[in-house]
Amino acid sequence: MSKEHTEKRTVYSPEGEAIEVDPLKDYFCEDLPEVHKKSSIAVVENFRNWARSRSLWVLGFGTGCGAIEMRPLMTPKFDAYRYGIQWRPTPRQADVFVISGYLSVKTLKRVIRTYEQMQGPKYVMALGSCTINGGMYWDSYNTINRLDYYLPVDVYVAGCMPRPESLLAGFDQLKKIIREGRGEGYNVYAEKFEWYKSNQKKIIKDWDMPDYNW
Amino acid sequence: MDPLFKQILFALLTLFIVLNYGLLVQGITRKIGARVGRRYGIPFYQPYIDIIKNYSKRTRISHGIMYYIAPVFRLTGGIGLLMFMPVIFGNNMFQNFSFSGDLLLILYFQFFGVLGMALGAGESGHPHSAIGVSRGLSQVTAYELPLTLAVISLAVQYQTLNITEIVAAQQGGILNWSFFTNPLASIAMLLAFLAAMGRSPFDVVLAPQEIPIGPPTEFHSGLLGVLQLNRAIFPIAKLILFMNLLFGGASSWGELIIKTFFIYMLSVVVGVVYPRFRVDQSVRWYLGVPLVIGVAAVLVSKFL
Repeated sequence: MSKEHTEKRTVYSPEGEAIEVDPLKDYFCEDLPEVHKKSSIAVVENFRNWARSRSLWVLGFGTGCGAIEMRPLMTPKFDAYRYGIQWRPTPRQADVFVISGYLSVKTLKRVIRTYEQMQGPKYVMALGSCTINGGMYWDSYNTINRLDYYLPVDVYVAGCMPRPESLLAGFDQLKKIIREGRGEGYNVYAEKFEWYKSNQKKIIKDWDMPDYNW
Repeated sequence: MDPLFKQILFALLTLFIVLNYGLLVQGITRKIGARVGRRYGIPFYQPYIDIIKNYSKRTRISHGIMYYIAPVFRLTGGIGLLMFMPVIFGNNMFQNFSFSGDLLLILYFQFFGVLGMALGAGESGHPHSAIGVSRGLSQVTAYELPLTLAVISLAVQYQTLNITEIVAAQQGGILNWSFFTNPLASIAMLLAFLAAMGRSPFDVVLAPQEIPIGPPTEFHSGLLGVLQLNRAIFPIAKLILFMNLLFGGASSWGELIIKTFFIYMLSVVVGVVYPRFRVDQSVRWYLGVPLVIGVAAVLVSKFL
């Protein structure tokens, strides 16, 4: 695949003015992620963690077949809203990224971009056996097998497919992790950034974006 | 105590009460919506937690200066609207900073936050933001017409541009409310009110599930927290404005809460009944019947 859209080019405005565009510099921020420390006052951090755990905004991005198990959570039967779980249409405002099932290489690229656009602290919940070891797709030519080579995962929900009840149990587990102050996945990502990047680049051959997509 | 200092303290108290009332109304409305849909629904205090959560996010990105200023403009629009309006009639301290021409200033302040948001959302560079902004500005322009005409009609009727005097003229019984003495202006104003609250059928601006959430698409962390604070204050400030102009104001906080809650429920009930208009439909609709009613209201109060 060509990388034309990332190369420097000159565009002309309607008045004929020439504008130099360097997409990687103009459209993206070049800063790499940093580790953000917790608040040094334990009470403050605990309070914040409590708020984070009670207000989980899930990104509405279904990456695989498991996305169909997220929909019933909004319905009267399961109603995840009562646990403070709400859906958000934009990665900027989301806290939880539910990787719902198998990840094809094509989707992985979008998942990485989206994950990096989310603001920390952010959490990843991996659904189904496909994200643990590949599941029924373990020898497929275009899906990844282990998600935690590419993104830091906070909670796995096993099953093929996990029922909405198991998803709710997974959210409960995630809340417990956040309240205990262990939901620092995005700091792990920043610490082991090079390792994650080299893994991602091994899989994604047509890498046509900056190393970190703010 | 210095009277000005005392005035400022009471203004802050007003802001505090309105903020909490706004957040609770938000939560309760969503709870009612959930119960209608046979769900249990969010806890009524969920808006508080969401705001605390957003403020405790650790990372923040920048798209430029206007991007930072936009939420501040938006919040200024909400607080300004509240501060230049008499909130409790007959109470010197809750008159806040209202003065003899406050009605004009308030019409301006309604628009202020929208413009600031338009600049900031534009700078964020997200296409959905741009679509949301263009929709928002055209819809605001459309509903401002009947609203302004109705306000002019009230000003002609009471021969004043001072909200306190308009409220004073409505005292002494329900039949003295402008809602009954000037029904045409009231109808035009309440129709404009539906769009002012940004609920369905006039929610093309945020339009969830369509252009994700419009102008604030790129706003996050504390910036989104500021917008959420405004989303609690601004509607209540508008409700207080409509209550003052049409429903005889309030002489106590209890009366204010009851009246504004029922006015708010008007937009909620209309919202659950009617699905979303497209932006061209809503603009055309406002330039139709509500505009004619608004013109009629001005003519009637001038010549009858």
